[in-house]
Amino acid sequence: MQSFIIKRLLSVIPVVFIVLTTVFLLLHIGPGDPAALIAGENASRTQIEEIRQRLMLDRPLLEQFLIYLRNVTSLNFGESVYSGFPVGMLILQRVEPTALLALYTMTISVLISIPMGVWAAWRAGTTLDRTLVIASVIGFSVPVFVIGYALVDLFALRLRWFPVQGYKPLSGGFLASVTSLTLPAVTLAFLFSALLARITRATMLEVLSEDYIRTARAKGARNGRVLIVHALKNIGVPVVTVIGTSFAALLGGVVITESVFNIPGMGRLTVDAILNRDYPVVQGVLITFSFVLIGINLLVDLSYALFDPRVRQ
Amino acid sequence: MSATSVAAPSLRRPEWLNLSASLSLSFLFIIFVMAILGPMFLGNGNELNSTMRLKPPSAEAWFGTDNLGRDVFVRTVSGARNSVVVGLCTAVLVLLIGGLLGVIAGYFRWADMVLMRFADGLMAIPGILLAIALVSILGGGLVTVIIAISVPEIPRTARLLRSVVLTIRELPFVMASVSLGSSTPKIIVQHILPNAVGALMVQTTYVCAAAVLSEAALSFLGVGTPPDVPSWGNVIASGKDYFRLAPWIIAFPGIMLSILVLSINILGDQLRDQLDPRLTKRRP
Repeated sequence: MQSFIIKRLLSVIPVVFIVLTTVFLLLHIGPGDPAALIAGENASRTQIEEIRQRLMLDRPLLEQFLIYLRNVTSLNFGESVYSGFPVGMLILQRVEPTALLALYTMTISVLISIPMGVWAAWRAGTTLDRTLVIASVIGFSVPVFVIGYALVDLFALRLRWFPVQGYKPLSGGFLASVTSLTLPAVTLAFLFSALLARITRATMLEVLSEDYIRTARAKGARNGRVLIVHALKNIGVPVVTVIGTSFAALLGGVVITESVFNIPGMGRLTVDAILNRDYPVVQGVLITFSFVLIGINLLVDLSYALFDPRVRQ
Repeated sequence: MSATSVAAPSLRRPEWLNLSASLSLSFLFIIFVMAILGPMFLGNGNELNSTMRLKPPSAEAWFGTDNLGRDVFVRTVSGARNSVVVGLCTAVLVLLIGGLLGVIAGYFRWADMVLMRFADGLMAIPGILLAIALVSILGGGLVTVIIAISVPEIPRTARLLRSVVLTIRELPFVMASVSLGSSTPKIIVQHILPNAVGALMVQTTYVCAAAVLSEAALSFLGVGTPPDVPSWGNVIASGKDYFRLAPWIIAFPGIMLSILVLSINILGDQLRDQLDPRLTKRRP
């Protein structure tokens, strides 16, 4: 068990290094001068030089990389070219809506999709199963922004149940905050629960065709017991894995959803930073999102030890 | 195996799936025709008309007009080309590069470690963010958009193909070929690749669907296809600020986009069900 945990923790190091290198190199792979790229089309020569000095783009590439690594390890992402504020501060200001939206979406999706996926597999081949399979293909085929606008049209403009756009911070009350995020979370849950339900169903089908299920039936176990004791216990690992790996898709969806609903989260921050060519902010956000993903997948892998006693040995 | 209500299901291809597959093929055909003929006969729909702003669908403009008086029908039909081109080019690019890297990683132990660590690293960056960052640095344009969308998809495809190759290379006929002294390229081309084609084809359809979605998302966020080329994402983005007044600007391209992605995904599922040997094995 201990050696498993240590091995898994060590395996994070190369991944983190490659993420950091990729994010660093992004600015340098483009054609032309990075400083001019950041300064924009109408910048004067002195403005470009000023940016070059400030971001230390005049140093040799290796030295820049080492400075960058040192800064990142001390969680210093530099300052925004556009506003001058520290990137770390800008990100911290935007974390709340994004984290809340991701958690909210995750909760809705897990509650809906896992029972549905299990149920569809249990009743495989029936009309219910077919309907769920089709619904899940539709769920991850329709773009989130299309679902978003459709939901706004129906529930905000016609029925007036929810606010059209915007976000109310947690400091103004939990309920108001959650209400303002309900439509965005439901929008994203379409995509996310479709993915989860599909995998849950496939996993459950696989488990149901295993020998131990047949053995349980041969022993005369009742349906309920087969489902709960023998089948559900074994879908834990794959389902948790999928929750972890599809978290990347969820974060991508968060970025788009925040644009649809005008939520001032990290997604908006990224898109605005990219449109303003605010490169230190882009770097900071990419690194933050990646670290969140790496952390989640690490937790998922470590949780195998909980679900699967074989891993512990 | 089929006596009780919870037995493993019959996984024979049901009738309705064939129906949805033929519907998907028909939709794909229509969208292809739109992509080829639309820009030829209707143009790009860039003509501005200040007297025709934000008009609802009518006999004159079937899908209504946008805030600049452009015909949404023309832009939707002609916008099909962009989605089709991006979808196909990305699929081919990812198939070639991801496939090659996957075979190398799966067959050559020395390359596996390095390539897979790179794949892990790239996959740790959310795809859509990596793509928008790439577009902003490489500059706009069709080729850049295709490259930016391909980069996050390549590691996934490489990883999948690697696992397929790892399974195939342990099979007896490959072992036999090795012991007969076949050269490595011959083993890969004659034995490994033909057996990996099915998995690759399925993966390529999914990549194609994902690419169409990503292009639309990039254009929607304002960092994709340049505004003078109609693309469904572009048209939807132009309706963003007017969706209370003129929901048709978003609705029609949104529906087309959903139908296209859905059709590709359904075909991918169909292909997978037909090619997956494990499903065949389980058939009663």
